[in-house]
Amino acid sequence: MMEESIVYSYRPLLAILCPATAAILILLSSKRPNVRESWTIIAGILQFSLVASMIPTILNEGVIKCTFFPQTMFEGIAFGLKVDAFGLIFALTASFLWILVSFYSVGYMRALKEHAQTRYYFCFAIAIFGAIGIALSPNLLTMFIFYEVLTVSTYPLVIHDQTPEALSAGRKYFAYLLTSGVFFLFAIMLTYHLTGTTDFTNGGIKALAELGSAYRLTLVILFFCFLLGFLKAAWMPFHSWLPTAMIAPTPVSALLHAVAVVKAGVFGIVRIVCYIYGVDLMTSLGLGLALACIAGFTMIVANLFAIAQDNLKRRLAYSTINQLSYILLGAGLLTTEGIRGAMIHIPFHGFMKITLFLCAGAIMVATGKKNISEMGGVGKTMPVTMLAFTITAFGMCGIPPACGFISKWFLCQGALQAGEIVFLFVLLIASFLDVVYFFPIIHTAFFKRPEGVAEEVEVKVKEAPLFMLVPLSITAIFSVIFFLDFILGLNIISMYFYKLVEIAVGNVVP
Amino acid sequence: MIVTEHFPVLVIVISLFSAFTIFIAGRWNKKTCSPISIATISVQLFMSFFILNQVITRGTIHYWLGGWAPPWGIEYVIDAFNAYVLVIVLFICLLTAIYAKRSIEREQPHRIVPFYVVFQLLITGLCGITVTGDIFNLYVFLEIASLAAYALIAVAGGRALKASYNYVIMGSIGACFYLLGAGFLYAVTGSLNMADLSHLLPPLYENKVVQAAFVFFVVGMSIKMALFPLHIWQPDAYTYAPSAVTVIIAAAMSKVSIYAFIRVFFSVFTTDFIQIYVPIATAISWIAAIAIIVGSVIAIMQSNLKRMLAYSSVAQVGYIVLGVGLYSTQWGLYGALIHILNHAITKGCLFLVAGAIIYRCGLWNIRDFEGLGKKMPYTCAAFTLAALSMIGVPPSVGFITKLCLLAASLEAVEYAFVAVILASTLLNLVYFWRVIERMYFVRGEGEGEKEKEIKRDEAPVSMVLPALILGSLCIIVGILWLAGAETPLLPVVDQAVNALLGTGVVAAP
Repeated sequence: MMEESIVYSYRPLLAILCPATAAILILLSSKRPNVRESWTIIAGILQFSLVASMIPTILNEGVIKCTFFPQTMFEGIAFGLKVDAFGLIFALTASFLWILVSFYSVGYMRALKEHAQTRYYFCFAIAIFGAIGIALSPNLLTMFIFYEVLTVSTYPLVIHDQTPEALSAGRKYFAYLLTSGVFFLFAIMLTYHLTGTTDFTNGGIKALAELGSAYRLTLVILFFCFLLGFLKAAWMPFHSWLPTAMIAPTPVSALLHAVAVVKAGVFGIVRIVCYIYGVDLMTSLGLGLALACIAGFTMIVANLFAIAQDNLKRRLAYSTINQLSYILLGAGLLTTEGIRGAMIHIPFHGFMKITLFLCAGAIMVATGKKNISEMGGVGKTMPVTMLAFTITAFGMCGIPPACGFISKWFLCQGALQAGEIVFLFVLLIASFLDVVYFFPIIHTAFFKRPEGVAEEVEVKVKEAPLFMLVPLSITAIFSVIFFLDFILGLNIISMYFYKLVEIAVGNVVP
Repeated sequence: MIVTEHFPVLVIVISLFSAFTIFIAGRWNKKTCSPISIATISVQLFMSFFILNQVITRGTIHYWLGGWAPPWGIEYVIDAFNAYVLVIVLFICLLTAIYAKRSIEREQPHRIVPFYVVFQLLITGLCGITVTGDIFNLYVFLEIASLAAYALIAVAGGRALKASYNYVIMGSIGACFYLLGAGFLYAVTGSLNMADLSHLLPPLYENKVVQAAFVFFVVGMSIKMALFPLHIWQPDAYTYAPSAVTVIIAAAMSKVSIYAFIRVFFSVFTTDFIQIYVPIATAISWIAAIAIIVGSVIAIMQSNLKRMLAYSSVAQVGYIVLGVGLYSTQWGLYGALIHILNHAITKGCLFLVAGAIIYRCGLWNIRDFEGLGKKMPYTCAAFTLAALSMIGVPPSVGFITKLCLLAASLEAVEYAFVAVILASTLLNLVYFWRVIERMYFVRGEGEGEKEKEIKRDEAPVSMVLPALILGSLCIIVGILWLAGAETPLLPVVDQAVNALLGTGVVAAP
């Protein structure tokens, strides 16, 4: 592990302040929708540029620190922000996609004439504040604070419809996620009690590794508390909040329940594996295998569930559960390639899954259809949307030309490297099942006739508003670019994800 | 003569005189009551801040009443702990006084003058309990405060009379227990001064009379602060009292009772005594743990908002006592002292909101709260902030308490308490979220599209503002606690804890 050069800067603070300030401005300009929405977009662009401006420092093997309270009431826990390669990957993904989803939200919310739009944009901004905060947290306690902010701020988004159904979904959401927060808090305090620190350290906290064999059981229990704490990762059997939360408006499902919230969960687990426990300790406790087994189980079962869904968003939700476990599996393999695959899958899956959700929303706005069985002929009326959908669905199954192929490639290599052939098969079977539930959608959209239409008739192209179409095209294009970039090696367009992952992996695996 | 030297006694004296002034001025013009009361409390608050500052910079203040040296004369002793509680109590009182103006005009239009007179007497009692260093003097002030509180609750009439009567009975029993304790100690040592007692008592620790006295103190104060299972007077009293009165009893008076409990626990008796002679720490921790769970569970069953908050207070007192029970750990007493402030802010805010809702809409049943978030946005915002704090969402104050108590329980290797604290988070979530859901999200039948018709109809500024101040303090103070040594808050508690445990720089002489 290399010596890190530490740069002190206020940029991380400014980056998380962007959405926080935007939230307040949104509340203040609730009467003027145009002003309100422009705050969101301005904040998104500003935030992304701030986050992106930190790339060069990180590429030079540095970390950026910004400490508010060096000495909190708990000795050894500082309160501040720290940017490292892994955190930056998540922050880049979330902040970039926020801009696109903001545009998309404008189109979506106006097209459907949704109520309570101020509350919607306000909570959205706060949720992004939480997500970026999680990405830039230097220790567990800071992370917990943002983690809970994220949970609470997404609740009003989930129950946006305010129907009894939505309210009960909201209750379920809270019951799962705040209970998990309780486990997380317990795990943090236990970690602090055992080691006197909760900092994310490259290669794991030393004091934790040096506890000795008497603490083996404690450490195993602690790890499972952490896993329960990160229920946002939606691993089975504690996944059912995620499909339920799909009752939210589509942009919410897209950004929060495909990127920010669930990624916060897997991000946290990878942090625990690589930066709290460390690869060596994980191996000696056999926890990597346990994590990989949970992940493998989730991957297969979630895909089987997905096949049975007819509601497009719910099917995508199960697909998310499955894809999240790819990341967990990669982390659980504890090999260089596995961790690389896990880390790279965070942004890649983000870009691909958000495209799928945005397409689902676009179809809903343009045709009002929510179920896959009704979608016959959609491919003809909405060619651009369905093209984007098809490309990214290919990516989900691990087929070029979308970037899903690359992360799966790494993961498979990781499984081989670990000598766990079982998991290689799990990966392949899961990918096959991906095909099983994605291809029928494509088939229905392009090759089936709309219901009640017997003969081939001339169909008019009727796409969703441009506010929605453009963002989903961009994300789809990006998921192809990531793939091309891997072959051609243009770093700028793909936001240096490969290099960042390289550095992050170098940090955590000796 | 420098006036500032006499602040410890002036805090009480001006309050007492103000009560008489209000009485006389109020006969002449009812409208003068509220300004006089607010002005007095502002001055008191200023004094208390001054005292706090002096204690922090120069150490404990000893004030001899009338120049008579203790143990013969009455001595007022103010260390960091008293000053801290004094500031909290007076701050809550000030906000309540501002709030009470409109509230009382509506609820008790014919009893404005008596209300303010007794209100001011209550504050006198509360300040007295806080500053005195003499156990009998403490009893006197305790009775002043309690009698005032009985009267204030009974003001509402109707069911409040029964609630007040219950409180009179229970409160008097509690006071009697306390008095017995004081009497026993006087019989054995011939002294009533706390500092003096703590010197005289150690050789007598084996004496059964001393041990009995301690138990009397504990039981007496437990009744006063409504520690489970001696809380039975409390829910009725909180529910049926006038809104402003509920705020002050729940947020300020309960804190003062807890202060007295902790004071007797650690300053009259010592940690040695509690460890060796009457090993009560484990017992009261368990009682506190049960209080947390039972209080929360009963709160879930309530449909009346004020009653729900009252049971929630039972649980919250449990938090503080749990902290006291875990005093031997690094974080136990911190948790208790920190929660005194936290709970005062949070519960104060919640009761202010409950009162404002009753004032504007006449609603007390949680089921009727639909659409309130639109109707009274600021009031509901304050409620949400405080409720999040009760649940313990970071970075609110409730979260800080939880952290401290968790750290303490882990250090004491009491996993049962860890589980209790964590479970109580979820229980709090259940009963507070129910309210928030009603306020903001649940739609009444047939409402649907008519949503925009709900007109904004906020409570008067003088009622909303105090609630909003406390609501935002829930977050601000939470961040200040987190910031730790860099803010003035934590060092105060630091000093107080050290003084109580006799470990730090301010150890008893």
